[in-house]
Amino acid sequence: MAKQSEIRYLTPLSVDVKKKKYCRFKKNGIKYIDYKDPEFLKKFLNEQGKILPRRITGTSLKFQRRIAQAVKRARHIALLPYVTDLMK
Amino acid sequence: MNNYETVFILTPVLSDAQMKEAVDKFKVLLTDQGAEIVNEENWGLRKLAYPIEKKNTGFYCFLEYKAEPTVINRLEVNFRRDERVIRFLTVKQDHFAFEYAEKRRNNKGGAKKHEEAKPVQETTAVETEEAKEN
Repeated sequence: MAKQSEIRYLTPLSVDVKKKKYCRFKKNGIKYIDYKDPEFLKKFLNEQGKILPRRITGTSLKFQRRIAQAVKRARHIALLPYVTDLMK
Repeated sequence: MNNYETVFILTPVLSDAQMKEAVDKFKVLLTDQGAEIVNEENWGLRKLAYPIEKKNTGFYCFLEYKAEPTVINRLEVNFRRDERVIRFLTVKQDHFAFEYAEKRRNNKGGAKKHEEAKPVQETTAVETEEAKEN
């Protein structure tokens, strides 16, 4: 009876292993976020040029504030757009 | 004395000589008031992320200097009065920024070669675009 209830799959079930998010600044020991480097800041923006929330990037609160500051400065000096479509 | 850095954008309509003259004007303005210029960079003609005053490109200039806080106010008044400057940003360097800036200055020799290689391609692209428009 026990053997009949056993279900067998052709391919092994992919169990979602949750990857723990981490703050890349804390991990890599980055202390200052440069507003003059738009390519780096683009990692924290979505396609419309909006700043991604912490729950997606995993950044700590301290560095999220600094990212926001740097992105806003970069926008002011036209290194990053305020609004766009299909940035990447 | 605090450490400051300023990025400003000049209109692309200027010739090279006019541009140098404009940069020198602001450098003289700073040194006259007892500021000490630490670093000066010229990023050249770059594409703007969005049009400013109906212009799609601009000359980017970057200055790092030590100055008294009162100097900044005068400098910014002069930026506003000068029609050649379309955008400027002055930031006071905290100690993290200062460390970063030092590092950046020290490996500028290696990094600058990349930077110099890129704008040349960009400027030629921009020129061809402008030529098409004309």
